[in-house]
This record gives sequence, C-alpha cells and structure tokens, in this order.
Amino acid sequence: MNWALVFEQLLNGLQYGVTLFLMAAGLTLVFGIMNLVNLAHGSLYMVGAYLAVAATQWTGSYVAGLFLGIGGTLVIGMLVEVVALRTLYERDHLDQVLATFGLILFFNELVAILWGRAALFASGPSWLAGHVDLFTGSRYPLYRLVIIGVGLAVAIALWYVVARTRLGMLIRAGASNRTMVAALGTNIRLLYTVVFGFGAALAGLAGILAGPIYNVQPGMGELILIQVFVVIVIGGIGSIRGALVGAIIVGVVDTLGRAFLKPLLGTLISLPAAESAGPALASMLIYLLMAVVLAVKPAGIFGSRA
Amino acid sequence: MNRKTLFWVVAAALLVLLPPLVLALKQPYYIDLVRRIMILAIAAISLNLILGYGGLVSFGHAAYIGIGAYAVGILAFYGVGSGWAHFAMAIGASALVALAIGAVSIRTSGIYFIMITLAFTQMLYYLGISIAEFGGDDGMRIKARSRFPLVDLGDPVAAYYAALVLMLLSALLVSRIVNSRFGLALRACKSNDARARAIGFSPYPVRLIAFVISGALCGLSGALYANHTNYITPSLMSWLQSGELMFMVILGGMGTAAGPVLGTFALLLAEEVLKGFTQYWQVILGPLLVLSVIFFRRGLAGMFSRHE
Repeated sequence: MNWALVFEQLLNGLQYGVTLFLMAAGLTLVFGIMNLVNLAHGSLYMVGAYLAVAATQWTGSYVAGLFLGIGGTLVIGMLVEVVALRTLYERDHLDQVLATFGLILFFNELVAILWGRAALFASGPSWLAGHVDLFTGSRYPLYRLVIIGVGLAVAIALWYVVARTRLGMLIRAGASNRTMVAALGTNIRLLYTVVFGFGAALAGLAGILAGPIYNVQPGMGELILIQVFVVIVIGGIGSIRGALVGAIIVGVVDTLGRAFLKPLLGTLISLPAAESAGPALASMLIYLLMAVVLAVKPAGIFGSRA
Repeated sequence: MNRKTLFWVVAAALLVLLPPLVLALKQPYYIDLVRRIMILAIAAISLNLILGYGGLVSFGHAAYIGIGAYAVGILAFYGVGSGWAHFAMAIGASALVALAIGAVSIRTSGIYFIMITLAFTQMLYYLGISIAEFGGDDGMRIKARSRFPLVDLGDPVAAYYAALVLMLLSALLVSRIVNSRFGLALRACKSNDARARAIGFSPYPVRLIAFVISGALCGLSGALYANHTNYITPSLMSWLQSGELMFMVILGGMGTAAGPVLGTFALLLAEEVLKGFTQYWQVILGPLLVLSVIFFRRGLAGMFSRHE
C-alpha cells in the first residue's frame, strides 16, 4: 500500500472529523444543558452555508460572507429557540424529535424557495486555493488544512469558555440545577437562548467551511446530522470531550473505509465481489462501529448517563 | 354499541363504499390514494404497538417497510411469483432484522434508543443505495406483482379491498395483543420499569418480542406497498419516512386503537391538499406539525373519547 496516500486520506479523515465536531459540539451542549434533542441542528448547518454563499456574492468578500453567515445563523438559531423550542424543554424527547422534524421540513423548503432545489456552487477564498507540500512528497490542499486548524482552535476555545470563564460556570451550573441557578439571580431563559445561538453559530460555521468541499443544497444538513448522531452516541451524549474524540474516530474511520475497503477486500475475495461489497460495507462501517461501542459501553466512551 | 365499535363500523362502511362511489364519479385516482393511505396505516398500526403501548420511540420504523418491499422485489427479480412466498419472506425477513436491531437497541433507553434505531435504519438505507444489482439509488421496477389465487393485486379495486381487510385485521391483531397478558406486561414495562421487575418479569424479552411483532407487521405493509407502486427505491427506508410514521401515530393519538389510522388519514390527506395548493407544501406542513406537537397533545383519537 502507498503510505503517502494513506497519510493523505488520514488528513481527509481528520478534516471531516473536525467538521463533524463543530456540529456535534453544539448538539451535545444543547442536549447536555437543556435536555433538548434538536434534529433541526442540520438545518442550521445548511442555513449557514446558504447565508455565506449569498453574503459572499453580495459583498464580494469571502471574509465578510463568513462573518455574515455565522452571525446570521446565530440570529436565526436564537429566533428558533425563542419562537418554537423554548416551550419544549419540559416535554419528553418524543415531542422534541417531532417538533424539530417539522422545523427541518420548513427550513429545507424555505431554502428551496429562496435559492432553488439545484446545488449551489460555493468557492473558498482565492488566497486559500493553493496546495502545501507534505513531507511524504505529495501535495495537499491548503483549504482542508485550514479547516483542521479552525476546528482544533474552536475545540480549545470551547474548552476554555466552558471550563475557565464565568459564562462557562453558569452554563455548567444551569446544566446540573436549573432552578437553583435561577434562584441565585441568573436569567436562565436568556442563558439558554445564548447557548442555543452559540451552538447554532458553530453549526453555521461547519456548513460554511464544508460548502466548497461538499454540495450546498436543500437537505444537505440531514446527511451530516445522522453521522453527527453517531458521533455523539459514540462519544457519550452531553460530553464535549466525547464529541471531539467521537468526531475524529468517525471522520477517520469513514474516510479510510471509503478509500481503502474496496482494494483491501479485493485482496481477500474475488474482485467483482469486492466491487459491490466494498462501497456497501464502507457506508455501513460507522454504524457497525457504533453498535460495537454501545455493546461494550452503553453510554458511550465519555458518557455518564445511559 | 359503544363509541369505539361505532367508530370502526362507520370507518369500515365508508371505506367499503368509497370505490363504487369514486368510480361512479369517474375519479379513480382516489382509489389509489386511499389504498396507499391504508397500506401506510398498517405500518402506523405496527409502530403504535411499540411506541404507544410499549414506550419504545423507534425512529427507524421505515426500515421494515423497505425490507418488506425489497423482499417482494428481490424474489420477483429471481423469478419467484408466488404471493405466499413473497409475503412470507417479507414478514419473516422483517422479523429477523427487527430481532437483530431490537436485541442491540433495547439494551439502551431514552435518547440513545431514538438515535440507534435511526442509525440502523440509515445503515440499511445506504445498503439499499449501494447494491447496484437491485437498482441502487434509482430503485428497481418489480418484475411481477405477487400472485395470489382469487385476488389480483394488479387490479386497483381488488388491491384496495385487500389493503382494507389487512388494515382492519392488523388493527384487530394489535388490539388483541395489547389486551392479552403479554400486552399488560408490555404496558406495565412502559409505565414503570422498576415495578415491572419487582412483580417478577424482565422487561427486556417483553419489549424485544413486541419489537419483533411490530417489525413483522410493518414488513407486511412494505410488501403491500411494493405491490401498490410496482416500484421500490431505498427512499422507502429514508429517515423522513420514519419521521412521517411517527407523526401519523402521534397525530392520531398514540396508545389508542383508532389513533394510527386516523393519524395516517389526517397527515396524508393534509399533504394531498397542500400539494394541490403549492409545490412548496412542506413549508406549510412543517410549522403545522410543530404547532400540533405544542398544542394538540392528545391526538385526534383524544377528541373522540374523554378518557384515555
């Protein structure tokens, strides 16, 4: 096997993993703190990607598009929380799943009305279009390396905010006892709205970064959302550390599976059989991984409650 | 006659009278529409057994529609035409897959259960997409419909009455199950897990058996669906389909006999009306569903009976 190619695919896996992490962090925060299952998290990813494309066209600047996209998703996320989701915190998970399912239909269709059903072309900034020479001798797109860097930077910043700042302290306190924090004089409703907006902005950022690599189209959020579920189930629901570890495992396993399972199977069984079994097995790989993790640790790797 | 029996008699009478009526009005489209609704109502009835009575929030129930449909499609692909073989395969394969998925999923609970059932269904969905021999992403035309003596499923009216009879039988079956000793155990596990253990039975096998029965019944719905459309695609197993099934049960009123049937009719007829109104009907349906979750908690069946 060609080790330079393996290394390149490992980087691809890492890049996909940090994209998953940006999504998973928001989803797991909202679940851990508000006890809310938000299927519409994928819609916020999609909204971010669309807003950034539109804002980049409008202003002509990628950086302006990036910030308008993140800001727009933040505002839309907070709006959704205030209008619809706030009433659902006290409900059971079934109601939350159904209501946010309704939101998905709404957002997918709204996007289709505004921008059409065809995929949009999103381009990264021209100053990130180049390639970098790797030590293995091959060249790797700079843009993907930047995504890895941004994802890891967000992970560190998130850890700092939650573990070291006053806001993080309130968030953790709100997660363990809502009534007590409210009694001590914190506006818990506002805090929840802020946390939700924060998670939405991270999902928007993930969508914006992923735009130039994958398609920007209605329904793009659901494809990634279900993989994000796998991530947080593997990592342990409610744990940011679990989200990071789970995201990188899922990103790497999925990418390597798609790249190497078919040739690997080809050495074991006949080539035509590998030709059809390879892709099927590759797309099922992360779900099998999840089943194995749950069989061993039903609450995920870093999970505390089942 | 009590209100519940009255509901079923009136509903059955209306559905029996529908085909001659719409044929007289030269609107055969409505036979197809209502047949499709009744087939999906069977799936909703099966989901209600575990969701409404068992408290198991399965977000992957569309998997069994897909398996039932693919069982028919694959057997027909290899030249097997017997309807008995098709339906036995559809029900048996769905039961087996439900056993495998249930055995892993039921070990977990709450949000983990929701996500795991979703993920397993997604796995089957991708499996359907990647098997090129059976059409892959595009789906596959069914070579020949299931052949039964006396009933021709290719005839719209005969297939309509077959679906109607099977829907009523499914509702009867589920109501017999939930009122049996086993059904009492299932409902006990839903309302209080610890007490069920204390009385002396283990919830796990009870839930697993219900899960398998539910999957098998949903497989029947899938086999009918394949005969209805004459075409199968992996999108039968998509998570949107699973979500719709959940909505049918909730909208109608979960844990009631009439709920899933009412809910399926309400949701699919609402979709039909909105589709005639605008091609962007989901932009209206989505918020309607959100509102129904927030404000309409007891479902349609809750309006008919005062006590649950």
